[in-house]
Amino acid sequence: MDLAKVDQIVEKYGFDKNAVLAILQDIQVAYNYLPREAINKVSELLSLPLGQISSQATFFSSFSLTPRGEHIVTVCMGTACHVRGAPRVLSELERELKIDDGETTADGKFTIETVNCVGACALGPLVMVNGNYHGNIDTAEVSTLLSAYR
Amino acid sequence: MERISSPNALLDVIKKHQDARDPDKVRISVCQGTGCIASGANSVMASFESTLLEKNSSVELLGTGCHGFCERGPLVVIQPEGTLYQRVKPENVNEILDKTIGNGEVITKLLYRDEAKNTYEKEQDVPFYKHQERIVFAMNGHIDPSRIEDYLAMGGYGALAKVLLNIEPEQVIHMVTKSGLRGRGGGGFPAGVKWKSCRDAEGSPKYIICNADEGDPGAFMDRSIMEGNPHSVIEGMIIGAYAIGATKGYVYIRNEYPLALLRLENALEQARELGLLGDNILGTDCSFDITINRGGGAFVCGESTALMMSIEGKVGRPRVKWQHTAKKGLWGNPTNINNVETWANIPPIMDRGVDWFTSIGTGDVSNNPWGGSKGTKIFSLVGKVNNTGLVEVPMGISIRSIVFDMGGGIKNSQKGRTFKAVQTGGPSGGCIPEQYLDNPIDFDELTRLGSMMGSGGMIVMDDRTCMVEVARYFVDFLKEESCGKCTPCREGLRAMSEILGRIVKGQGRHEDLVVLEDLASTMSVASFCNLGLTAANPVLSTLKYFRQEYLDHIDKGECAGRQCQDLIKYTISEENCTGCTLCARKCPTKAISGEKKSLHVIDQELCVRCGVCDDVCNFNAVTILSGPER
Repeated sequence: MDLAKVDQIVEKYGFDKNAVLAILQDIQVAYNYLPREAINKVSELLSLPLGQISSQATFFSSFSLTPRGEHIVTVCMGTACHVRGAPRVLSELERELKIDDGETTADGKFTIETVNCVGACALGPLVMVNGNYHGNIDTAEVSTLLSAYR
Repeated sequence: MERISSPNALLDVIKKHQDARDPDKVRISVCQGTGCIASGANSVMASFESTLLEKNSSVELLGTGCHGFCERGPLVVIQPEGTLYQRVKPENVNEILDKTIGNGEVITKLLYRDEAKNTYEKEQDVPFYKHQERIVFAMNGHIDPSRIEDYLAMGGYGALAKVLLNIEPEQVIHMVTKSGLRGRGGGGFPAGVKWKSCRDAEGSPKYIICNADEGDPGAFMDRSIMEGNPHSVIEGMIIGAYAIGATKGYVYIRNEYPLALLRLENALEQARELGLLGDNILGTDCSFDITINRGGGAFVCGESTALMMSIEGKVGRPRVKWQHTAKKGLWGNPTNINNVETWANIPPIMDRGVDWFTSIGTGDVSNNPWGGSKGTKIFSLVGKVNNTGLVEVPMGISIRSIVFDMGGGIKNSQKGRTFKAVQTGGPSGGCIPEQYLDNPIDFDELTRLGSMMGSGGMIVMDDRTCMVEVARYFVDFLKEESCGKCTPCREGLRAMSEILGRIVKGQGRHEDLVVLEDLASTMSVASFCNLGLTAANPVLSTLKYFRQEYLDHIDKGECAGRQCQDLIKYTISEENCTGCTLCARKCPTKAISGEKKSLHVIDQELCVRCGVCDDVCNFNAVTILSGPER
């Protein structure tokens, strides 16, 4: 695995031991997940125990330790979306893609994730695909939404 | 722009920008908040840009922050008249330019129309805006958040100049205390008292933090402030740093808010360039700068000590507060933490004075900062209400006024939906039933009702909301977000989740309610931090006001809200079904059959109770049965 980007990221933060969270966030953007090798490398470069890095990597829900799909489908599970039917939208997505929340389709195309709230509550239920917002989604619209990315 | 050398020079710069701004000039402001962008505001903006260029027009186009009325986005406001166009599409752009800008004609089809079919031309007349009192949001909608010049032209940074010229740090703190400003992040702790304690504490350097880890699901006012007017937060923080004697500031912001992050980074850069941040601010001996930290998606990091742990580069678990963080916070040094909305209230208070601020709100704070709730509060009005969005209202307003006057009442009331409750305070808050709709809301009143102010989320629930399921939702949310450090929170939530999970399946027992209350009382005294201490509130408040719903689930297997999948059954009524076939086409499991123009039937074996049929039916023909009738 090419870890050159890890070196660059750690260097960008000036090898700051307090910046582990920010470093991991940038790595996830660069590699689409947190590869084990990258976590090892961060520990080595910052001279911090591996446990200290992986405790951050596993504590925060925004990190994925497994490779994610080409398209990330994020379902907002905030209260406003919840009362407007987000759980039904999530089940419909799971049914449509035949995977559960947190999983990736066998062809590597889609990953379903949930998030506590994206702060676009007025438009609930809300689904994001690759960071693009799709508001007021009802269960009947799920397959149309996905077909744009298929 | 050039670096400004003194507070007096800053006043000159402000004056110059104010004079240059012509309030009568024709301006088109297009909302570029997250809500409107999600509805397509970017392409509306692009269309205005290209069309204005084509027409070689000199009309000013402004991409502004959130206007608040997210439900009706993309929003376009034509100044100086204040004509509000809603749900604007790129194809409307030409018409707006030709008719409204060219001829002063109003395009009726783009105006806001309420349930009673009344149309409103001006933004300030629309009921959603009419009852608001905008202090923190005053400039949103009038300035381009990416231009510091716009903020200056509205008098921005004037409060900072005034403070640096004429007001001693102790006097600033005295004013903040006298204003009665209480923490908008949820705690409601008087800001001035906290500032004083941090100023008086031993230790150097001192830090200040802006808590922008807006984790309460259903609340997004901090996001809109940062997106729409980032300089107001920065100005508030600089004034705070001057008053407290802090040299370093942090903004801990959610990583889920990419636009707010971008606008804030840009604003910090501009403030540095002008000498409003950095060493010797405006040539005075006050030095202060701000760093941004991005959160990792952990709810508990909104708790002050957990947030500080995270800034220190550690895992975001809370620590004991033997001493307040104002005395021993970040790296063991005195640290003052306030949230975004609190910081954004500072410049107006300094600018317009204590008497003005205390004239708004409830109670008397002249001798006791806990004596009332002063100023305004921004609520995010969401859920089953017609006009969703952000409303800034004076403290002491009634829930009825927010939900019915501004919110336009319950969504789908024509289909028979009615108000059931409003949930405030996020996962630590509670559900308030109909009988308290007219109570004046402020920090103390909401607590008295068994809920709390929290960060200002206000989720409206209708009769199709199951209160047991709502309690289960919050408990499951907190179970996931509990850091696991202390037993009452970690194990208490797990046990509660198991019990509530059983009740929503119709397998509850009467003694479950006793155990729930027992667990709640343990958690609320023995948990380590506020997450655990308040975690039982959603269960307690629903048990208090909606106990009958719990009993119906247990005794009759009936879900009053028709939400609990194990307790409901979808059927199609012979009376209303027109045989339009829409539901059969949309059903994901092909459970619905029927000929065109004849009654459709749901195969209960195949039905997964997803509710698509009910969502799509235009004739109100889908009935949901529960309890004995099922």
